[in-house]
Amino acid sequence: MTTRRVLATVGTAGVLALALSGCVAKADVAQAAIGVDITDDGCAVAVATATAGAVSFALENNGTDVNEFEILADDQLRIVGEKENVTPGQKVDFVTHLEPGTYYTACKFQQVGAPVGLAEFTVTGEASAASADEQELSDQAVTEYLAYVRSQVSELLPQVEEFAAAYASGDDETARSLFAKTRVSYERIEPTAEAFGDLDPKIDYREVDAVAEGLDWTGFHRIEKDLWAPQPGDLNSDGQDALADWAPSTPEQRQEFADGLVADVTELHDLVTDPSFTVSLADISNGAIGLLDEVASGKITGEEDWWSGTDLTDFEANVQGAGVAFGAVKALAESKGDEGKALSTEIEKQFTALEDALAKYGSIEDGFVEYGTLTDADKKALSDQVNALAEPLSQLTATVLGV
Amino acid sequence: MGEHDTPGAAGHSEADVSPQTNAPTADAAPAEQTHAEQAHGVSRRGLFGLLGAGAAGLAVGGAGGAAAAAAIAGGGASGGGSEASVYDFYGTHQAGITTPVQDRLHFAAFDVSDMLDRDGLKGLLADWTAAAARLTQGLEVEEGGAVGGSDYAPPVDTGEALGLHASGLTITFGFGPTLFTTADGTDRFGLAARRPPLLEPLPRFQGDALVPQLTGGDLAIQACADDPQVAVHAIRNLSRIAFGRATLRWSQLGFGRTSSTSTAQATPRNLFGFKDGTANLKVEQHDLVDEQVWVGASDEPAWLAGGSYLVTRRIRMIIENWDRVQLGEQEMLVGRSKGSGAPLSGGGEFTEPDFEAEGPTGAPLIDVNAHVRLAHPTMNGGTRMLRRGYNFVDGNDELGRLDAGLFFIAYQRSPQQFIDVQRSLASDGLNEYLKHVGSAIFAVPGGVKKGEFVGQALFA
Repeated sequence: MTTRRVLATVGTAGVLALALSGCVAKADVAQAAIGVDITDDGCAVAVATATAGAVSFALENNGTDVNEFEILADDQLRIVGEKENVTPGQKVDFVTHLEPGTYYTACKFQQVGAPVGLAEFTVTGEASAASADEQELSDQAVTEYLAYVRSQVSELLPQVEEFAAAYASGDDETARSLFAKTRVSYERIEPTAEAFGDLDPKIDYREVDAVAEGLDWTGFHRIEKDLWAPQPGDLNSDGQDALADWAPSTPEQRQEFADGLVADVTELHDLVTDPSFTVSLADISNGAIGLLDEVASGKITGEEDWWSGTDLTDFEANVQGAGVAFGAVKALAESKGDEGKALSTEIEKQFTALEDALAKYGSIEDGFVEYGTLTDADKKALSDQVNALAEPLSQLTATVLGV
Repeated sequence: MGEHDTPGAAGHSEADVSPQTNAPTADAAPAEQTHAEQAHGVSRRGLFGLLGAGAAGLAVGGAGGAAAAAAIAGGGASGGGSEASVYDFYGTHQAGITTPVQDRLHFAAFDVSDMLDRDGLKGLLADWTAAAARLTQGLEVEEGGAVGGSDYAPPVDTGEALGLHASGLTITFGFGPTLFTTADGTDRFGLAARRPPLLEPLPRFQGDALVPQLTGGDLAIQACADDPQVAVHAIRNLSRIAFGRATLRWSQLGFGRTSSTSTAQATPRNLFGFKDGTANLKVEQHDLVDEQVWVGASDEPAWLAGGSYLVTRRIRMIIENWDRVQLGEQEMLVGRSKGSGAPLSGGGEFTEPDFEAEGPTGAPLIDVNAHVRLAHPTMNGGTRMLRRGYNFVDGNDELGRLDAGLFFIAYQRSPQQFIDVQRSLASDGLNEYLKHVGSAIFAVPGGVKKGEFVGQALFA
C-alpha cells in the first residue's frame, strides 16, 4: 500500500476532448472515412489499414444500447483513441491521428466489460515530425491514461459480479477458477484505487494488514481464504496460526462479503468514470513506479495471494499496468532531450526482459503456475529483473516533469 | 536527474575544491559509456570530474592527498587506521591488498546479467570505477548525490555516509572464472581467450561443505573500512549502480580483522580465541610481497601484471564444540600458546616455530597435525600468502548455534599457493571444528590509472 506525495500537477487536462482530434485540419483529411458497423456483439471495421496521419472513422451504432469505439495500441491495453457514448442508431464521425504501427480496433457494448470484436488495424507510411509541444504531449498522456483506467474499471465490474455470485452461491470451483483473472483489471490500476483512501483496504487488504490496522477484513482476500481454506497447522504470511480468529464464512456471511465487494468495486467504477475524475502527469508516472513497488514488496514474496498461490497473475497485471502508465508518458519523457530518450530506451528494454521472464511461467490468458512451485533461484531471477526495471523507472517522474 | 546534470559538464562544486577538475578528457573515457549509466544515475561527470586527491566536499578531517603514511602513523597501539585515513584509489596496485587491514569488511560477489554485452560490461566497470574513486576519498557517489538532487527523483547517493569520514575505505575489484567462460563453456564477452590459465575453480578439499549460493561469482568487490557503515554504504551504492547489469550473488560482513598486514599492527584474534596472522606476510617485506603476492610483468597473462589472485572461503567455526575443548588440547591443535601466541616450541609470539623440538617423552612440542606446522612456509616449499580475513557472526542457525567463523581472504601470485597450503591442512586437527561453506576465486587486476577503468587492460 504505497502512498506517494501527490505532486503539483503539470498541465492537467481538465477537458477531455479527444486527443488531437481538434488539431486535425480538414485539409489534412485526405483519406476517405472508414466505416465501422457497431452492433451489440460486433465491431466491423470496413478496412484494416490506413495511412499515417489523420484517420477518419464513420461510426454507426446498429445495436440496441449505448456503445463506444476504441483504438488500442499493439499491447491491446493502451487506448490511443476512443469515441464514447455512441447511442443506438447514431451515426458519428471520429477522427484521430495515428502514427505508423499496429493497432487494434474494438467496441464496448454498454461501455463496460471486455472489448468486443477486437481486430488488428495496420497504419502504414511515414511518421510525422515529432511535435515538441509539451502541453499537447501531456494532454495526450492524461487522456490516454484516463481512458485506460476507465476501460479497466469497466472490465472489472462485470467480472467481479460473476465471481462474487459464484462464491456467494457456494460454487467454489467456479469461483476459484475466476479468482486470479477477476483481479487482473484491478491490479493493473491499483494505484488509482489506492488514491481513494478507504476503497483499496476494503477491496484488496490481506488479512495480516487488516488485523494490524484493526479493520474489518473484507474483499478479495477474505473470499480467497474461504475458497482455499487453510488446514490445521497452516500459518498465515506473518507466521501466525491461520485458524486463529478465523472461521469459514457461513452462507449469510458469504453473501455479505460478495455484496460488499461488488458495492466497493461499483463505487470505484463510478468514481473513476465520473467526468470530474482526472489524473496528473505525476500520478501516471508515480503509478508506474508504485506498481513496481507492489511487485517488489508483495508479489515477489508470495504474500499477496497467500492461499490461492496466484501471485504471478497479479505480478503480470501490475507489470502491464506499469507498462501502460509508462507508455502514456513515454513521448513526454523522450521530448526531454537525450537523457529522456536514453531513460525511455532503458525502461523499455527492461520491461521487455521482465515480460519475457514472466512468460516462462504462463500468461494471464492461460494462467500461471502456482507461486509455491517456484524455486528460490526462480524468485531471485524475477526479483533481479524487477530491480533492473524499477531502478530506471524510479527516475521517470523527475524526467517527465523536467524537475 | 535535474538541470544540474547536463552530461559532460564538470561537477560544479568540485571545481571550488580542486584545481584538477579538468583532468581526463573524453578520449580517456570509454567510448561505450551508454545510456544505461544515465539511467543508473552515474553521469559521465563521475569520470571526468574526479578529484585528483582526497580533498573533499564532505569533511575528510582536512586530510588531503594520499594519506596512507599518515594513516599508519596515526594507528596507535592497534596499528589500525583512523576515521580520517584516506587511501589513494589510483596507483600501481589496487588498494585494499597491502593496505594495513582495516577493522571492517563488506565483501560482495556478483553475477553478470544475461542481457549484458561486452560494451555493457565495460560500462559497468567504468561506472563502478568512477564511484569507487569518489567513495574511497570520503565523497558521495556524485556531488550532491544524497540531498542535492531533484525532489522528484530518488537520490543518487543513498546517504547513510553523509558526514562520515573516509575511514580508510578501500574498494578492490576482482574477476571470477565464470566472467571469462561460463560453467557450460559460453564465452559471453569475448574474453575466453584472455582468461588467465591459472584462474580455475578451486579443486575440492577435505572438509568442504560448499553451498552453491555462497560460492563463486562473476565479479567481486571487497570494501574495507574502519567504520562498518562506510563499508556497507560502498557496497550498497555499487550494487545499486549495477542493477540491471549485475546482481548480488552473495555477500559477507566481517569485523575484527584476523590478520595484520603491517608490522605496525598488533596481531588480532580469531573466534577460536587465538592470535591469527602472526606469520602473515607484512607490507614491509617488499621483496617477499613482490615474489608471493603480485603477478609479475613476466607472468601470463600480461593484462594481469600488478594484480593478484584472490581466494575467499567462508569458514564456519563450530564454536560451541570448540569452547568445550580443554585449553591444553586447543593449544596442541593450533600449535601455539593461547595467551601470548608463542609457538609451543618456545619463545615469544614472533619466535620462529621449531618443528624439530621434542618434549621429555620424545614427542614433538609442536604436534605433527598442529595447524601452525601444516600451514607453515617451511612445510609448503616456502609458500606464503597475504591473508586479510575477518571474523563473522551472522546470527544463528536453526539449531541455535552461532553462525560464526572466519571469512578467509588471501591474495597470492598464483592460486597454487593457496591450493598447496589447503591440501597440506587436510590432516589439521582443527578441521573437526571447521566447515568450509563458501568458496570463490578471482583474478584481481592491477592498479587503476586516472582516466581508466579497473581491468581496462583486459579489454585492450
